[in-house]
Formats: sequence, structure tokens, C-alpha cells
Amino acid sequence: MEWLALGSIEEIPALGGRYVETPQGQIALLRNEKDEIFAVRNRCPHRGGPLSEGFVSGHTVFCPLHNWQIDLEKGEAMAPDHGCVKTFPVRIEDQQVWLGLEEEAP
Amino acid sequence: MNPVSVQPRKARLVVVGNGMAGIRAVEELLKMAPDLYEITIFGDEPHPNYNRILLTPVLAGEMALEETILNPLDWYAEHGITLHTGSRVAMIDRVKRRVVTEDGRVAPYDRLLLATGAAAAIAPIPGNDLPGVVSYRDMADVAALIRDSGLGGEAVVIGGGLLGLEVAHGLRARGMGVTVVHRRAWPLDKQLDARGGALLQRAMEARGVRFLLGKESAAVLGDTRVRGLRFTDGGEIPTDVLVMTIGIKPRIELAQAAGLQCETGILVNDTLQTYDPRIYAVGECVQHRGQTYGLVAPLFEQAKVAANHLAEYGRMRYQGSVTSTKLKVTGIELFSAGDFMGGDHCEEVTLLDGGQGVYKKVILRENRVVGGLLYGDTGIGPWLFQLMRDGTDVSAFRDTLVFGETHLGDSGHAGESQAARLADGAEICGCNGVSKGSIVKAIREQGLFTLEEVRKCTKASASCGSCTGLVEQLLASTLGGFYDSTPKKKALCGCTDLSHQEVRDAILEEKLLSVRQAFAYLDWRHPGGCATCRPAVNYYIRTAWPAEGVDDAQSRFINERAHANIQRDGTYSVVPRIYGGVTSPAELKRIAEVAERHHVPMVKFTGGQRLDLLGVKKEDLPRIWAELDMPSGHAYGKALRTVKSCVGTEFCRFGVQDSTRLAIELERGLERMWAPHKVKLAASGCPRNCAESTIKDFGVIGVDSGWELYVGGNGGMKVRAADLLCKVKTHEEVLEVAKAFLQMYREDAQYLERTAPWVERVGLDSIKAVVVNDLESRRQLAARMDFALSQEKDPWAEAISGRLDIHAAPLRRIPA
Repeated sequence: MEWLALGSIEEIPALGGRYVETPQGQIALLRNEKDEIFAVRNRCPHRGGPLSEGFVSGHTVFCPLHNWQIDLEKGEAMAPDHGCVKTFPVRIEDQQVWLGLEEEAP
Repeated sequence: MNPVSVQPRKARLVVVGNGMAGIRAVEELLKMAPDLYEITIFGDEPHPNYNRILLTPVLAGEMALEETILNPLDWYAEHGITLHTGSRVAMIDRVKRRVVTEDGRVAPYDRLLLATGAAAAIAPIPGNDLPGVVSYRDMADVAALIRDSGLGGEAVVIGGGLLGLEVAHGLRARGMGVTVVHRRAWPLDKQLDARGGALLQRAMEARGVRFLLGKESAAVLGDTRVRGLRFTDGGEIPTDVLVMTIGIKPRIELAQAAGLQCETGILVNDTLQTYDPRIYAVGECVQHRGQTYGLVAPLFEQAKVAANHLAEYGRMRYQGSVTSTKLKVTGIELFSAGDFMGGDHCEEVTLLDGGQGVYKKVILRENRVVGGLLYGDTGIGPWLFQLMRDGTDVSAFRDTLVFGETHLGDSGHAGESQAARLADGAEICGCNGVSKGSIVKAIREQGLFTLEEVRKCTKASASCGSCTGLVEQLLASTLGGFYDSTPKKKALCGCTDLSHQEVRDAILEEKLLSVRQAFAYLDWRHPGGCATCRPAVNYYIRTAWPAEGVDDAQSRFINERAHANIQRDGTYSVVPRIYGGVTSPAELKRIAEVAERHHVPMVKFTGGQRLDLLGVKKEDLPRIWAELDMPSGHAYGKALRTVKSCVGTEFCRFGVQDSTRLAIELERGLERMWAPHKVKLAASGCPRNCAESTIKDFGVIGVDSGWELYVGGNGGMKVRAADLLCKVKTHEEVLEVAKAFLQMYREDAQYLERTAPWVERVGLDSIKAVVVNDLESRRQLAARMDFALSQEKDPWAEAISGRLDIHAAPLRRIPA
């Protein structure tokens, strides 16, 4: 696991998100009202909507395209929808956000 | 000596009654305050909470008992609830605050909730206790009926009300000969007039059910078991089974014995408290403001309010329910609501087609619907009920009232308003691809009762909403007689119990200036809200407080945050403002060069006569805006879109007014206006109406003497021709009326309500009164609009100058 510094938590709008370009594709970083940060692949399992542009509340992000609700802890769509999105570990130290990336399988 | 416990104990809530109302209250309570109480529930039936609405499908052999269970035993265990089934509470000791059951159990309480429901009324005639005489109220009754019907033979049903007809249908389906005995001259006299009753009787007779009408029962015949029924006129009818469905009576004995005030039901106030403030009551056993209820929706409303107070929020009040019944008896469509008989000071609008078996009757008082009944074709039921609850003035469409809203032009679903007649595979929700079959299945299997629940569970009607009426019809036909359209008050979303209007009032009265402040002040369930409430509350704040209110970008939909339209592949489209649709060769060249330089994949004219650059990456937006050097066209917002125009007098040989100039003036005068929903305008220079002004939110048509102004038109999801608001002479007047009308809409309409439904809801006359007839209020509305617009800046210019950050670029780029 490689930990990458992304910058200050303040660069991610509260109750919203940003994304980072990585060799593994776009990863959304979402910040809730408690300043918890979640990282998930930036593609809704429904039609690929950019989750970084969705509404964030608690442990949920609402996809901006068709309002699918994704549980950010489990990376799963909430009923009645089905689907999942890969989650990534995040650490916050001194207001700095760190993203954990596994080495890509060869 | 026992040591004194210092452990603070939880308050104890005892619930008497394990039925739909009581358990719903517990569910609502657990949502709000999951850990407040230690809960004990007593139910005298042996089952966990089941869906009483489904007794008839079980009787008719269409469903099994297990399929009707709403809360399995696991649910009680998961929530730490102690459940005693088959245990009847014998007395309430209000002094010692405890209940005692017939089998000797004692349960102390801090709060007590009575949900004892109702019992079947039994005719006080000799022999009413003979074996073979049954009521129709719970699973035990159904089990007895199934057992008895297995013997074949004859059944008599006393009482030709809703339940009686359903039993008759069920027993007939089980192969028995069935006769319905009713004291009135026609069946279902509480829901139908004589004419509708006759149609119903004919249809039931065609299905093999016999009727004996105007008959009063005198005695049940038989020695060890029922063998017949005698009437007061001396006539007799033999039978093997006798079912009594003459009504229900609230079960108040327990409350009465405890000294709680009762009349027909247990008396409760608006917070569902009985005479003893520690004791609450909900459901069929209560009497509130003189009314008792047997339908499920009012009971659920009560449950919600009682739970709110039990949870110590103390916010909500129950103010009674307006109910309608839409019933499906053996495939017969029936709807009735309010006063369906009419009488003094009332007018009747009727349609009778005996051949088709269709009968519609609407009762009006002073041009407002006060009741109605529909037989054979109930498609307009939910709409009619809505008109009734809203008190809408129907004078404008009285002549087509009985044909329903569809007649005014419905959506793509026109002609499909008969949900009940559709095949199971028929698509109801085009947005989410949900079929009729899966909606009906979900309603039955998941125990859904409201539109909101269906939306949540199946997604049907959760997107564009144009199939809402169809889904409501499916709810009605699946739930049958227990369905009461929508509750009177609709909460803004699942985060609150407050309605749109209540939230709006609070924002104005308490001067709430940000979404966060509003959520905190109004006790939002989730501090972050949801995708429904955030944009709505943000809009209400900006409208109420245009100068001081904080515009929260994270409470804007992505389009309004990026100031561009997100597309299916995550790219955006760019529509620059071209006032009135009049451009120039130089401007066109510049647009073409920008499109070429950035390899914009598609350049297209929009429906509103503007140019659209499609397929732009978010990162490129600010640069493209800067190179275009034009203001935002707001094609992405709940905002003023474009003013469509025709050529007008400047070139057109038919034109009588300068429509292009007026279109430009309107667009300049209203640009950057946010609204509850998108707002489209048009200006036509003569009555040929080439700009299609009559399907716009605000449209003008030039005539020789000036301008005709039209409002509330719509050409989209649901076509609606605009209403003529007034006629004016000058451009200045057009602008002032446009601003006043749109400001009234901005201040009054619910978020996401277009002008078309809003105009229908509030009525054209109430708009004319403020916008046309009262010049002072017109001027003030227009002034408020001007002030609000003066607070808005062009978002593209803001982004280019760096004052607005749309987060166009990724936070970081991590190289391989």
C-alpha cells in the first residue's frame, strides 16, 4: 500500500467532493458534515456518473446523474438499487488528506 | 435490604394492541428516538403484526397468511421489544401506572399507547352466537370462513358495505353460493347513490352474488348450528354460514373502565393524548374532533404525530384527515369521496353510460369540488380528490371535469390512464423502467401504503414524476378500500416532518440565512440533509433573503454548481446567452472558432433557439467561457432560460408588433433569475404565434392594439395551453407584469413546481388579483424582482475573474 498526500481537507468542499486522477482512474474524495473523508472510484455503478459531483450527507453520496444513493462505507448502492463501487482507504493527519493505493495487479 | 439501584433506567412504554396503527407508531418512534424507551407490546391475536388490508386476498385463496406479515418476530427482537401475543390486557391501573393482563402478567409504564383497534359489530338478534355465525375482522375469522367454505353450500352475508361485498367475493371464489342481505335499497350506500348502487348490484349479480335488499334481520335460525335467517317481514332464507359485516365499533372498554373519557371512541386531542396525559391512543379506537377513522392513511398520520410526542419532540399536531375511498370489489372500479349525494347549494356534474357501465358524478359548491363518486372508470379519482383537498376553482374546466386531467392533455401516457386495465408487463415508469407487475408485487409483498414508499422501494415515479397518477391508481386498486390517497400534509422529504410551506415560513419568520442554520434550527434528522431538501431549502433562503441569504454551492444541483449542463458521459454543454435569439456574423464566427479550437464534439441549436456546444470537459469550461466572452445562458438552471421570438414587424410582412425587440428587453430584464423550476418565455409578433407563446411559462402575442400576455403554458412533459392573463399596450407594461407574475411564482410555488401546475393550483383569478388588478401590488412585486436580480452576477464572468471556483480541475494528478 502506497500512501499519497492529496492536500488540505479544506480543498474538498464540505458535503461535497473533488476527484483525483490516478493511474487507476479517477477517484472521488467526499467530505461529510463530520469532516470524515471517503474515497471511492469516481463512477456510479449505474451509468458511470461522477460521484465527486454528488450531494454528500452522513455516509451517503447521491449520484448527480440519476440520484442513486451509494453507501460510502460499504461502497454499495442502497436499495432498491444494486451495484457496488470500489472504496479506498483514507487517512487524515494534521488536516492533510492521505489516500491509500494498492500496487496495481500486474 | 435491597440495594437501591442508581442505574438510570429507561422510560417504559407499553403498547396495547399489536396491529397496524400501534406498530406504525412504534416504528416512527424508533426512527426518531431508538433508545428512549424500553418497549413492551401486548396483542390479543397470536400473530405478529400483519397487513389487515389483505384479509380478502387470503380469504379468496390468492395469498397465504405468512405473506401478509408486516413485522416478523425477528423485527421485535432486533429492536429489543418485548412482545406478548395472545395476551389480552384486562385492566389499566392509572394510579400505579401499570397494566394487568387476563393471564396475570403485570407491566408497569411511564407512557402507555392504546391501539386497541375496533371490533366487528354483531347484530343484536337471537341466535347471533350460534356456531356458523362469524364476523370478518381478523385472521381467526378468515380461518373460520375458509374452514366453513370448504363444506360448500350456502352463505349469507348481512351488511352490503365494503367488507360485506369483499367477503361475498371471497366466498364466491371459494365456490359457495352467496346472498348479500342489506337493509338499504342499494349496496354500498355509504359510498354510492342509487344509480351507482344499481350498476354495482348488476355487476356483482353477473358474478353470481345474489342480493336481498331492504331486508331487516330478525333472528338467526338453528339449534346447534346456524341453518337460516329470518327477516322482520317474516321471510326466511336457509344458509350454512352467516357472516355479519354491519360495521365496526372502536374497542374502548379497557379505556372506559380506566376512567378515560370516551364517546364512540377514546377521546384524544391534537397530540393524540387521552384524558390522562401519560396515555396516548391511535388508530381505529380513537375519536378525534368527533371523527373516527377506519382507513389506513389517517391511522398512519396519527401514528406519526403520537410518535413525535412520545419521542419528546413535541412539534406536530394531528388536525384530522380528509379521506376518500377508492375500492376494488371483485374487479369493479369504484371511487368516492366527500359529499357525493349533493343537495342544497350544490350542483351536480354527471356522466352516465349504462352500456359501458360507467357512471361519474362530481358535486360542486361555488365551483369547487366537495365530493364525487366514480363507478366503472375511476382514472380521475386521485386528481378529483386533489382538487377537493386543495379547494381548486374549477370554473375554467367544468365542462371537461368528468373526463379528467387527461382531457386537458396528459403526458406521453395519455390514453393509458386506466392503470388497472393494463397488463402486468406494461411499463408504468418510463424513466426507471418499472412495470405494473413489479409495482403491484412490491405493494403486496413489502406492505407499502404510500406513494413515497413505492418510490423508495421500486423507483417508480421517483424521477420525472409524470407517472405519479398511474402509481397512485395502482396503490388504490391493490390496497382496495383501505387506500386513502395521500396524507393531507406532505413532508418536504425524509429528513423532516415539516412541509415545504412550513419550512418556508420558518425561514422568513426566524430569518434563517443558510441551509446549515435552517437544518439545525428545524431539527433536521440528518445534519447533511439529502438531495431533495438541500436545493429546495437553499432556494427558499435565497428567495426570502436575496441580499443576506447564503447561496450554498453544495446545496445546488451539479448543473447550477458547474454553471453548465452535465451530460450522460460526464461532460458538459455550454449555452451562451444570445438575447432574443438575435446574433451577428462576428459573434457566430467567434463561437465557431472556439468550438473548432477546443474540438467541441457537437454544435447544435437548442429547443429555445440558442446555440449549444456539447461534450465539453469540466476542466475546459472556464477557458471556453473566457474565449466566448459572452454571459451565461443559464440553460442549466432552475432559472430564466431563453425568450424565444419570431421576426416581428422589423421584417415579417404579417407582424403587427416588434417581437424581437420585446424578446431582447424581456431577456435582459430577467436574466439571472432563479426560480422554483426552469422558466421559458416567448414573444410572437402577431396572432400566428410563430414563437409558440401559448406553451410557455410566460408568453406574449402581439395584436394590433398591443400585447396579449399568457401564463402557465407548458410544452414539455405535460402539454398545457397557457391562460390569457391580460392585455396591455406598452413594452414597459409587459415587463412589469412579467416581473410581477414571475416574482409571485418565485415566492409562492413549491421548489420544482412549474408554472403550469402552480397556476392550476392557486387559480388564475388569485394571480390576476395581485398582478393585474392591483397596480400597487404589481409594482411592489416587480420591485422585489428587480432587487433580487440586482444581487446576482454573471457566473461565467465570476469564474473567469477567479471570484467563483467551480472546481474545474482535479484535486491532484497522480502520475504513474
